[in-house]
Amino acid sequence: MLEELAAGFPILSCLLFLPFVGAAVLWLVDDEDMVRTSALTISLVELALAVFVLLRFVPDSAAMQFAEHVRWIPALGISYHLAVDGISVLFVGLTAFLTVLVIVYSWDTIRHQVKLYMMCLLALETTTMGVFVSLDLILFFVFWELMLIPSYFLIKLWGGGAERHHAALKYVLYTLLGSVFMLVGIALLDLNFHHWAVLRHTDQLYSFDLLDLLAVPIPIDQQILIFWLMFMGFAFKAPVFPFHTWLPDALLEGPIGMAVVLAGLKLGTFGFIRFSIPLLPEASKSHTVVTVIMVLGIAAITYGAIMALIQPDFRRLLAFSSISHLGFVMMGLFALNYQGLQGSLLTMINLGFSTAGLFFIAGFLYSRQQTTHLSAFGGMAQQVPLLASFFLLIGLASIGLPGTNGFVGEFLILLGTFKANWVFGAFAVTGVVFGAAYFLWYYERAILGPLGKSVKNTMADLQLREMVIAVSLAVMILWIGLYPSPFLHIMNGSIQALVDRLDHGTVAVLTEPVQRLDR
Amino acid sequence: MFDLTDLLIKLIPVFPLLAVIANGLLGSRYSHEVAHRLAWGSVGLSFLCVIGVFADVLRTGATHEVVAYQWIFGGDLTINLAYLVDPLTCVWLLVVTGIGFLIHVYSVGYMHGEAGFTRFFTYMNLFMVSMLLLVMGNNYAVLFIGWEGVGLCSYLLIGYYYDKVSAAKAASKAFVVNRIGDAGFLLAIFLIFINFKTLDYTKVFAQLGQLSPDMATAIALCLLVGAVGKSAQLPLYTWLPDAMEGPTPVSALIHAATMVTAGVYMIVRNHAIFDLSPIAMQTVAIVGGCTALFAATIGLVQTDIKRVLAYSTVSQLGYMFLACGIGAYTAAVFHVMTHAFFKALLFLSAGSVIHALSGEQDIRKMGGLSKKIPWTYRLFLIGTIAIAGIPPLAGFWSKDEIMGHAFVNHQFLFYGLAAIGAFLTSFYMFRLTYLTFYGASRMDHHTEEHVHESPMVMVGPLMALGVLSVFGGLILGFPPEHGWLHGFLAPVAGAAGGHETSVATTLLLMGTATGIALVGWGLAHFLYSLSPSTADNWSAKFQGAYTTLLNKYYVDELYDFLFVEPTKRLGEFLDWFDRTVIDGLVNGVAQMAEWGSAGSTWIEKYVVYAGLNVIGFGNHLAARQGRKLQSGMVHHYAAIIVAGLFLLALVVQLIVQK
Repeated sequence: MLEELAAGFPILSCLLFLPFVGAAVLWLVDDEDMVRTSALTISLVELALAVFVLLRFVPDSAAMQFAEHVRWIPALGISYHLAVDGISVLFVGLTAFLTVLVIVYSWDTIRHQVKLYMMCLLALETTTMGVFVSLDLILFFVFWELMLIPSYFLIKLWGGGAERHHAALKYVLYTLLGSVFMLVGIALLDLNFHHWAVLRHTDQLYSFDLLDLLAVPIPIDQQILIFWLMFMGFAFKAPVFPFHTWLPDALLEGPIGMAVVLAGLKLGTFGFIRFSIPLLPEASKSHTVVTVIMVLGIAAITYGAIMALIQPDFRRLLAFSSISHLGFVMMGLFALNYQGLQGSLLTMINLGFSTAGLFFIAGFLYSRQQTTHLSAFGGMAQQVPLLASFFLLIGLASIGLPGTNGFVGEFLILLGTFKANWVFGAFAVTGVVFGAAYFLWYYERAILGPLGKSVKNTMADLQLREMVIAVSLAVMILWIGLYPSPFLHIMNGSIQALVDRLDHGTVAVLTEPVQRLDR
Repeated sequence: MFDLTDLLIKLIPVFPLLAVIANGLLGSRYSHEVAHRLAWGSVGLSFLCVIGVFADVLRTGATHEVVAYQWIFGGDLTINLAYLVDPLTCVWLLVVTGIGFLIHVYSVGYMHGEAGFTRFFTYMNLFMVSMLLLVMGNNYAVLFIGWEGVGLCSYLLIGYYYDKVSAAKAASKAFVVNRIGDAGFLLAIFLIFINFKTLDYTKVFAQLGQLSPDMATAIALCLLVGAVGKSAQLPLYTWLPDAMEGPTPVSALIHAATMVTAGVYMIVRNHAIFDLSPIAMQTVAIVGGCTALFAATIGLVQTDIKRVLAYSTVSQLGYMFLACGIGAYTAAVFHVMTHAFFKALLFLSAGSVIHALSGEQDIRKMGGLSKKIPWTYRLFLIGTIAIAGIPPLAGFWSKDEIMGHAFVNHQFLFYGLAAIGAFLTSFYMFRLTYLTFYGASRMDHHTEEHVHESPMVMVGPLMALGVLSVFGGLILGFPPEHGWLHGFLAPVAGAAGGHETSVATTLLLMGTATGIALVGWGLAHFLYSLSPSTADNWSAKFQGAYTTLLNKYYVDELYDFLFVEPTKRLGEFLDWFDRTVIDGLVNGVAQMAEWGSAGSTWIEKYVVYAGLNVIGFGNHLAARQGRKLQSGMVHHYAAIIVAGLFLLALVVQLIVQK
């Protein structure tokens, strides 16, 4: 175990626990401004580490990189195994990026219990990072569940809505219910490994390690069972239509910072591409699974978009727009070809800039009018031109205008889906029209037109901190939109490996476990 | 290997892009003077580059393909941001940068003193970039970037006066309606990729031999949906008349001369696919013919000077589609060019009128302007004669060619549609001229006092367009079917239709066309100059027809009733459904879970932990961690998990063992 650690600096562990340790340190700080500064510093160091990982990451490689492997409970085959590959490494960067922005946003918008808030936020960062970098399924599950604790408090204690207690409970219960099924799925994966270990007389009898689990074949009926069990966990979290009703509540009642994380970090769909599809390729390819998910995807796209169209509250609109976007992501994933997977992965990252960005915009609106309901707005462009401009840019990214990141992802998803099944693809394309309709209609009523009755004509435009957030988002949106190459290179190797795995199935990979690239 | 032409090609879109960046980011720091110089200067530089490229293409006849950089890649897909410059692209480049330059210069005068002056030019330059990408792309993805990019700029510029409700609504409408077309275009792109495994034009066209006729029809029809949206054809034309909410130079550049002809560009670019499908060709011709006539009838009675021109644009675009549909691609491109000349001229002169009248657009409140603004009047008249199709002005040659092509290929239905359309065009355009410039003044006193001729910076570009409107047709397309343009475009648009016509037929057709135009003029002269009361009598007599036309056949209302309102109602129903049914179910389940948890706590304590350490460990750990932070709640949930887990594990184990 020490050899592996010694092979390189344990940068992922640092990434993982820095915010957590930071949160603990914050406990000792009393001054509120000091708390803010410390939290920001911690998150910036974390971002620097994440950027370092991204820069040192070897692109176009399917290898697990920066791996750290320590046995944890050897008897049960549970280990502390961290690594990133082309699928997860971008999420690491995104998590660190969004946390910094959330802290910047919360600087002057969170006014009570600042310390506890920042601690929750940093704890949330650790657990989220944990979900993205864990290769051991039990470790993954631990982080998956731990995430609920800070989330619960964030919604409950700092939410702005009257129903926040209910929303927090609903979110937690929903996720927990799904996790129960997922845990059974994980257990079954372990039992399957055990079955093969006994047959082949290997030393290790149990394992929850993704790489080990990938190396044993799983009978198709088992795969299907496990697939649906894990589906429950991921689909509830994503959320996939029709398991979505916690999302509008949590986003509307919770604080903006929490909404950014919930809408920006697509943990549920990450679960599908990280675990379900590679571990259960035959099940993922099975006719029933694909059809069910495609139909749910189309339903989500149209249902979410039509719902979004009539929402007078911007945050509720965004919740349904998220559901609509997740429909795209699910369809792309289960197109099961290169473009579909690539597009979905890129879109998950994109949503961290566009949908999360729109939540920041919602926050800017909220700071000015103490609501995101349409009735408080109208003609804002005259008062706050900068806000209006960034609102439009980020919104256009979210509806997939070419030149923005949204287009690249959406185009690839639609292309992949169309390749897999043109009927589903053709249905999905309708989302392109609805997306434009719901965003532009809201924008027209809130931002354009004559000044609304309740809009003060002394409203301040974006202040410095808000500008920092808006500009960082805009840069990412245009970068990925105009020159996505670095991001596509990072994903390339892992996506290709996943496509190969889907082609060959579980039986063919009995020979070599996935190569580990230690650094 | 260094190639000057390749460098020039790469530079063409770069200049306006730099102006966008400068004016967009720093525009508020410097004066309007600097901003407009950057704006028109950059377009001028692009125009010079285009001239250089054009000279090279003219001299060598070579086709240039230049890769700027790799945009999207992965698996079997590679999309480069790359350009293809051939004669077809050259023609569009000349029109876009040439007319674009003139309109930019004109705008300096027209937009003078506007608060959003710099913003206006930023959007205009962004439009230039998008439009250039649209016509220069060497593959469908770059075409699509430009395609939606021009749509965005159209949105921004229609909504330029964003505090006006009507402008804001018109902008959203334009974008959304265009997106319907774009969705069709996307489908076409995907079909093309599936069939050819590439999105590059040259590679696609090289493999056309293996395309089945049905697939060709599918692709062509999907492309047509896109073209119909962008070029405002039936049934997606409704956004264009509303788009007149934008400043007049925008109407001239985007909604007349360039963007709306993108659909024609797309069809001509893909004519090899359309040629494979008679059904698609027939559809294009029907769409074009019907639109030409339909929009012209609405144009007959409109009272807003810009709206008349807008319907006229829809109608003229119909002619271009009609030309494509009957295979007269060169004639279509020819009409695009002449139309760009005279319609830009008409819009800009109309802008000059509006400018002179301090913003008045209603022709019922004009009249007798010919003496007060003589230059504008003369130039507007040139535009009118050109669009009406009276020789030797530009519009005559291109329109005659389209009609002639229909006639000699025995497409008499389309010839008829086009002929009636031509009559109506001549009539409503002269009606517009008479009402605006002749007769007694109907202006209010205040406006009348302030009427003034526009400054040179506006009249200058008008004169240039006037010259093009007079001579453009002769230069480009004389003699008919064998003009310079036909030779230049022959490699890309295919030779004109097979029927060689006798000189007598040609002359007869030209005579007929001229006659039709003159009759239209005559009727307008009679109704709006000689006997104005007759016009009112007629509108009173045919009240039903008149009201229907005035209300544009109630198409907007119909679409609202059929699509917009039902979608909103569906949304409201779904919202109820979501809150009541889906969430109701969820709350029910949650209720049960809470009841169950009390029981499960007991099970957890005495039964589960011992048996399920294996599986529950992580979860247990989670619960323990959580407890440190808060006792009670998390413990409670953990109990639910473990209890549920236990039950599930039992069930699963039964299934597995079976």
